[in-house]
Amino acid sequence: MAASSERSPPPFPELEDQELEPELEDEDSDEGADIFTGSTLSSMDPPLPVSTSEPDKDIFSGPRAEPLNNPLSETAAEQLKAVSGASSKAKGDVPVEEAGSEEPDDLFSDPLGESGAELETHTSNAPLLDFSEEPPKSDPIKKAASSVAAEKKVLHTDLFGDGVDDDEDKDDLFKTPPGAMMKKPQASLFRAEPDDIFPEAKTEAKPATKASAKQPNNAPTDLFTEEPFTVMPAARAAVKPAAIPSANTSSKTNGLHSDEEDLFAEATVELSLDSPRNDRRKRDAMKPSEPVPCPSTSTSSSKPQPKKLEELEEEEKEDKFDLNISVTNPEKTTLSMFRSKQLTVRRRFSDFLGLYEKLSEKHSPNGYIVPPAPEKSILGMTKVKVGKEDLSSDEFVERRRAALERYLQRVVSHPSLLQDPDVREFLEKEELPRAVSTQALSGAGFLKMINKATDAVSKMTIKMNESDVWFEEKLQEVESEDQQLRKLHGMVESLVNHRKELSVNTAVFAKSVAMLGSSEDNTALSRALSQLAEVEDRIEQLHQDQAANDFFIFAELLADYIRLLGAVRACFDQRMKAWQRWQDGQNMLQKKREAEAKLLWANKPEKLQQAKDEIGEWEGRVSQYERDFDRVSATVRKEVMRFEKEKTRDFKKQIIKYLQSLLHSEQQLIKYWEAFLPEAKAIA
Amino acid sequence: MTSISQDGDRDKLRSVSVDLNNDTPLLIDIPDALCERDKVKFTIHTKTTLNSFQKPDFSVSRQHEDFIWLHDTLVETEDYAGLIIPPVPPKPDFESPREKMHKLGEGEATMTKEEYTKMKQELEAEYLAVFKKTVQVHEIFLQRLSSHPAFSKDRNFQIFLEYDQDLSVRRKNAKEMFGGFFKNMVKSADEVLISGVKEVDEFFEQEKTFLLDYFGKIKDATAKAEKMTRSHKNLADDYIHISATLTTIAADDNEAFKSKACISNVCVCVQKLEARVASDQELKLTELFRYYMRDIQAAKDLLYRRARALADYENSNKALDKARLKSKDVGQAEEHQQQCLQKFDKLSESGKKELTSFKARRVVAFRKNLIEMAELEIKHAKSNMSLLHACIEQLQSN
Repeated sequence: MAASSERSPPPFPELEDQELEPELEDEDSDEGADIFTGSTLSSMDPPLPVSTSEPDKDIFSGPRAEPLNNPLSETAAEQLKAVSGASSKAKGDVPVEEAGSEEPDDLFSDPLGESGAELETHTSNAPLLDFSEEPPKSDPIKKAASSVAAEKKVLHTDLFGDGVDDDEDKDDLFKTPPGAMMKKPQASLFRAEPDDIFPEAKTEAKPATKASAKQPNNAPTDLFTEEPFTVMPAARAAVKPAAIPSANTSSKTNGLHSDEEDLFAEATVELSLDSPRNDRRKRDAMKPSEPVPCPSTSTSSSKPQPKKLEELEEEEKEDKFDLNISVTNPEKTTLSMFRSKQLTVRRRFSDFLGLYEKLSEKHSPNGYIVPPAPEKSILGMTKVKVGKEDLSSDEFVERRRAALERYLQRVVSHPSLLQDPDVREFLEKEELPRAVSTQALSGAGFLKMINKATDAVSKMTIKMNESDVWFEEKLQEVESEDQQLRKLHGMVESLVNHRKELSVNTAVFAKSVAMLGSSEDNTALSRALSQLAEVEDRIEQLHQDQAANDFFIFAELLADYIRLLGAVRACFDQRMKAWQRWQDGQNMLQKKREAEAKLLWANKPEKLQQAKDEIGEWEGRVSQYERDFDRVSATVRKEVMRFEKEKTRDFKKQIIKYLQSLLHSEQQLIKYWEAFLPEAKAIA
Repeated sequence: MTSISQDGDRDKLRSVSVDLNNDTPLLIDIPDALCERDKVKFTIHTKTTLNSFQKPDFSVSRQHEDFIWLHDTLVETEDYAGLIIPPVPPKPDFESPREKMHKLGEGEATMTKEEYTKMKQELEAEYLAVFKKTVQVHEIFLQRLSSHPAFSKDRNFQIFLEYDQDLSVRRKNAKEMFGGFFKNMVKSADEVLISGVKEVDEFFEQEKTFLLDYFGKIKDATAKAEKMTRSHKNLADDYIHISATLTTIAADDNEAFKSKACISNVCVCVQKLEARVASDQELKLTELFRYYMRDIQAAKDLLYRRARALADYENSNKALDKARLKSKDVGQAEEHQQQCLQKFDKLSESGKKELTSFKARRVVAFRKNLIEMAELEIKHAKSNMSLLHACIEQLQSN
């Protein structure tokens, strides 16, 4: 890493660049976060020796996200494959260049469209241009097929391997891109990472620069001419084995495979690129001119390929599975604003979160109680993703489905939320734009957390002298209720657990009694015992069902209301915020008035007019704030009333349901025992 | 200090696990027990028509250790080798409720007052149940002795019942404890050794395999049943907490949660019923299994003694052959052989009778308990149901 640190003081090429980069960053963090759908983060860590994972993705996913949707990509990739295959012997000769130069044209036309365009501002110097085009190029390939991805990985290594030769030339070329890249980390939260990013940036640049070195004339086509080198795959891959134990490579690729299952294709390829390259880079720094002997490479490069194909299928399945977690919530509606009476759409879980984000952004400042979406469960999701045919994952999916259904019901039962266009869109539209920044483990999530923390702090500092006793009482009520409900929830959870335990124990006992019955020599008694075993077996089932009922009807209800009470508290907070704004406004007005008085006293007529204007403005604002506050207060009051009514109704309904379930199991119990009684009496 | 008087439910408590004939000339019950620290003093009341007793009606105070002494003397009496000696009652175990009580005291701060009182009540009920159970098993032990034709005439038994002073049986000292342990070891080793001896009677052969098998199974079933009842009790405890919390919520919230108050009441009732279901299950099923586990052990002991006698007989046969060969002490050997044969025959005969009666007794007891348990389950479920029904109606109406 010595080399990289030398270069790290970045000579910034142009001002434009610097301005652009942060913008890019913003986009990145969102998209990049997608890669980490929660759990996957953990599985990702091991394979990467250097902790580049986060920044790397951030850097690339931004520009690539767009090209990903590109219809071209697939065909292009196929061609690409063909090219690479054909050119395997060619090794960077002119004919191959020509062949390659055809597709690149259309490939680039689109991907560059949005993100690429931004990047193009770099074009002031040649290497940068190349670099900016690099990412789009790789996208189509990724999207296309994982096998290609494998090749691609190799390709990169090749390119790099080639690049080794003209290392000195590149040194100057690199300087700019790394600089540009460096800008990002510094701006963002990941201050510690620059070192890690650095190699990435450089390696990205290297192939490009190499290309430009060879064909300085037309940059875009260049990149594709490199495909021929893909060929060398093997050859270049061998560079690694030469120095690093070969086991290392295979294990690395394996590790990466596992990541890919969950990640979207973008992430996948990016990752597979990273680690080997980083290693290689380091190696290169040490011995740049090492000869490349490559006898056994073909095997090593072909091995990953079939695997990758399998993975592709799996990936698709998994993806679909993700999408399948949707609420089957047939919406029968008579409202005229919906186009049809019955709607069915498919939504991802994150869409629900997205909906909640949108709604809470829009409505909660007005004092509405926005029903909170179910929480993300990283653990549960991981289980679902990892162990597919697990019983607990079924339960998890069902639990989540039920929670989402209740969530939607709450949203649509709210008169003003129902009118929201986003809700309608959510229920109606076939395709939703991907919800962003809903990830628990992402930059955005982190920011949210910080925001929450600052909110909490400011809440503590605001001292509100409550004018309305009603609000004070209600808030207190809500808080104590929250506490009680939490306690109750804990109890019910333990009830569920105990009942499950009981069910297990009953099953074991039933088995044991059956054994006893089998060894009993009195036939009637033996029969009775086996009957008893059967009864116990059924009771076990009953307990199990009852445990499920306990959980789904009772515990989930409580959990929902705990979350809802959080929302209620949030709306009280909003009211407090409105009040605070109003008070601030008043203070400001006061200050302005004082200033005016001073001016009047000092007899400065020229400023007096300005001061008067300001006062007028602030008076308007203050009255606006006051109106706002009154409005929020009224809404909160109305909402809390509504919430309570709803709560009472909900609780009543659910509890009746719960009691009925209990009643039902008691009935069953009676049935079972009554059936058993004659058996017991028959023992002679 | 806990003292219970169970005159009221004596009928119910009596002979839960064994069906006894009440017309015997010797009627024994334990109407009262006193718990002092670790020691439980049982008041044993005897009514008799036998004239071997001085009075027709008398009561004495005995401790658990006295029962053990009685059992040991019975086991050691040669004459009873052919009988199933009723299993000694297990030592009173008040540890678990005590421990729970202690824990409850520690956790007092985390609970509401109401909750605490309820938990305490629950524990007291549990404690009482254990106490009653202890009394019951001791009573059953005596009743089985009294109903047996041979044991009821035993001198030691009569002393146990009649002697109005403290028996002051010497507690086992360490050496004896070790001796007992050693004896057990020898016994099990011996069991293995004589298992090679060829069984002459098919009945015993069958009985032996059956008992061995049955013992294993019933032991397993007992453990499982215990586990089940324990988790059932846990469940019942959960209802206490839930109902307490619901009550507090209902108290907090005057209007919105009015309905919750009645739910919490229901919860309390449900809890009580669940607890009763659990304790009934424990009493009827677990205790039954536990008792017969011990009884089977006693029967196994009988079989062992018989097998031992058989082995002795065969050894004496061998000795006789040897003596004849050497023509030395033939008479003595012959006599010994005859003695062994007699003993063995006697054992076999009485053993057969005992085992047959044991079987019948077991079936009857199982039947009784199973019926009772089923009835109780139905009863509890029904009352639970009507409770829930009432609550639902109440909820729906308001």
